[in-house]
Amino acid sequence: MLKIITAVIGRDLKLAMRRQADIVSAMFFFVIVVSLFPLGIGPEPDLLRKLAPGVLWVAALLATMLSLPRLFADDHRDGTLEQLALAPHPLGLVVTGKVIAHWLVSGLPLALIAPVLGIQFDLSSEALVVLTGAILLGTPALSGIGAIGAALTLGLRGGGVLLSLLVLPLYIPVLIFGAGAVDATVSGLGGEGHLSLLAALTFASLGFAPWASAAALKIALE
Amino acid sequence: MKDRFNFYRFASPATFYPLAGALIPFFVAISVLFGLAGLYLGMLVAPTDFQQGEGYRIIFIHVPASWMSMFIYLVMAFWAAIGLAFNTRLSGMMAQALAPTGALMAFISLWTGALWGKPMWGAWWVWDARLTSELILLFLYIGYMALTAAIDDARRADKAGGLLLLVGVVNVPIIYFSVKWWNTLHQGSSVNLAKSSMAQTMLWGMLLMAMCFWMYSIAVALMRVRTIMLERERNTDWVKAVLEGEGK
Amino acid sequence: MLEADNLECVRGERRLFAGLDFKLEGGELLNLQGRNGAGKTSLLRMLIGLLPPEAGEIRWKGKSIKAQGDDYRADLCYLGHLNAIKEELTPLENLLAAAHLADEALSEDDAIDALEQVGLAGREDLACKYLSQGQKRRVALARLVKEKRPLWILDEPFVALDVAAVDWLAGIISGHLQRGGMAVMTTHQQVNIPAGTVRELRLG
Repeated sequence: MLKIITAVIGRDLKLAMRRQADIVSAMFFFVIVVSLFPLGIGPEPDLLRKLAPGVLWVAALLATMLSLPRLFADDHRDGTLEQLALAPHPLGLVVTGKVIAHWLVSGLPLALIAPVLGIQFDLSSEALVVLTGAILLGTPALSGIGAIGAALTLGLRGGGVLLSLLVLPLYIPVLIFGAGAVDATVSGLGGEGHLSLLAALTFASLGFAPWASAAALKIALE
Repeated sequence: MKDRFNFYRFASPATFYPLAGALIPFFVAISVLFGLAGLYLGMLVAPTDFQQGEGYRIIFIHVPASWMSMFIYLVMAFWAAIGLAFNTRLSGMMAQALAPTGALMAFISLWTGALWGKPMWGAWWVWDARLTSELILLFLYIGYMALTAAIDDARRADKAGGLLLLVGVVNVPIIYFSVKWWNTLHQGSSVNLAKSSMAQTMLWGMLLMAMCFWMYSIAVALMRVRTIMLERERNTDWVKAVLEGEGK
Repeated sequence: MLEADNLECVRGERRLFAGLDFKLEGGELLNLQGRNGAGKTSLLRMLIGLLPPEAGEIRWKGKSIKAQGDDYRADLCYLGHLNAIKEELTPLENLLAAAHLADEALSEDDAIDALEQVGLAGREDLACKYLSQGQKRRVALARLVKEKRPLWILDEPFVALDVAAVDWLAGIISGHLQRGGMAVMTTHQQVNIPAGTVRELRLG
């Protein structure tokens, strides 16, 4: 079981490394969106500190959305998705591997760059730690839930926009708890409660989403 | 040959079509009856609220519409589960026929909520947990309709839409509780309907209106499912027979 | 043994075929014939288990393929009209990754040997995006060289191959049949498969 998951992760990471431009552009998108906000709302540090958690998280959701359409589309186009579906393993395990690989090249870089952007918003070092932790904990859920949307919209015209329409409402709990953790830390309440709920969401979606995505992929491959 | 294949293999659109047609007037009639009774109780009999004046009477539309919007989503998820488990054709059609009505109910709920909110809270929109959840529910309806509309093959659309509904129905409680939590953390308690002690007549008025909306939804969904059936099965003998019969 | 029992296929609003039966024993090749749109590819997709038949059943070794799931797929090798190779990977990496994901043992030496047989010697380490269409097809076909699974399902395997390559592939398929394997394929070309029993099935 672990063997197939690691095999898929290995393959997808190797492919991602040969196409680094994709990873870098999603990260730049994140940086640019976050940097636009102070320009839109003014430079007052108090206001920015208040808005930072929400802004960073919404930008993280959007940056994740950006890379989702390609999660299955490339494999679908060149026929490798069929071969993956025909491998003698449950398709859910294959999708688990793809979701983890997607997180490693999309969620993880966001978590690494988020503290730097947090400094732009004058967040305290404590809040920066919680922000990084929350993004680390929450983005796997984004990759998992996003995989369902990517599988449902596979091969459809206007798939990218449709994907956001389907997936963004489902991202709301992650947004609330993720931004809430940072918010609670900033206001001195402590973000542990939020973080543990975020972890619960991630575990639940990593257990559930790959199988729902696998069912959606089978529908798309018919 | 084709006819036989439809007839035995699926929850048979050919027999459901005339049955639905016969039931529609019945549901329309009781919807109107309940509606008249509900409006009478709500608009004329129920006492004026001493805090909120006459404006509160919009809840006789608002609350039943919110109930129906949630209930219809559950019914759609039920049909989706049946359709995915037993591969029946009728279930997908039912889910698709219900979706616009559910979205309409969610929209009415939001619209009347705004109308009610303006005099009560002094703003068209407040980020109240219920209103926010209703808005997200509307997004879920729109997502479902957009997905099924984007898929050309009707069977695939049914299956993919059904899966989305099941994913949605698992997520709805999580979304609702996270929104509620977010709401209490950020702005304390907001205006709460349940808190104001409800007069007996008001409750009856709301229940009657809910029944009216319910029967209306059934009638409209049946009409829509009949159209979907004719469209999807336009090449079968029974549809040709139906259309010839109507042409006469 | 592969059996199809009373298969029916409906795509969109059209019924492509119904009441289709066949049996395939070891050493036999089933060659699907029929005009475009007759349902050849749909039948292949039913046989690999991706398209559920509207009615009827497909059995492998006497048991329904739907019930077998992974066990059936472990006996199956499918070559679609898409090459199923990644442009960013080299031919060697593609072969090894495909085998790895399909849970097949394939050593690097065997993979290099297979690539030599399809005439890609010296190009093992060049990313596939630099290869020509014909060469990419050969990378896809190289999978068959060391393939030991008993059931091959091949969708138009001879398309875009030159005469020498057609003969070579016919030889590979013959070898598979001689070992007691089975194959189902579609082709528009007249191809002579030297060994095994070739049976024809006409759709539409």
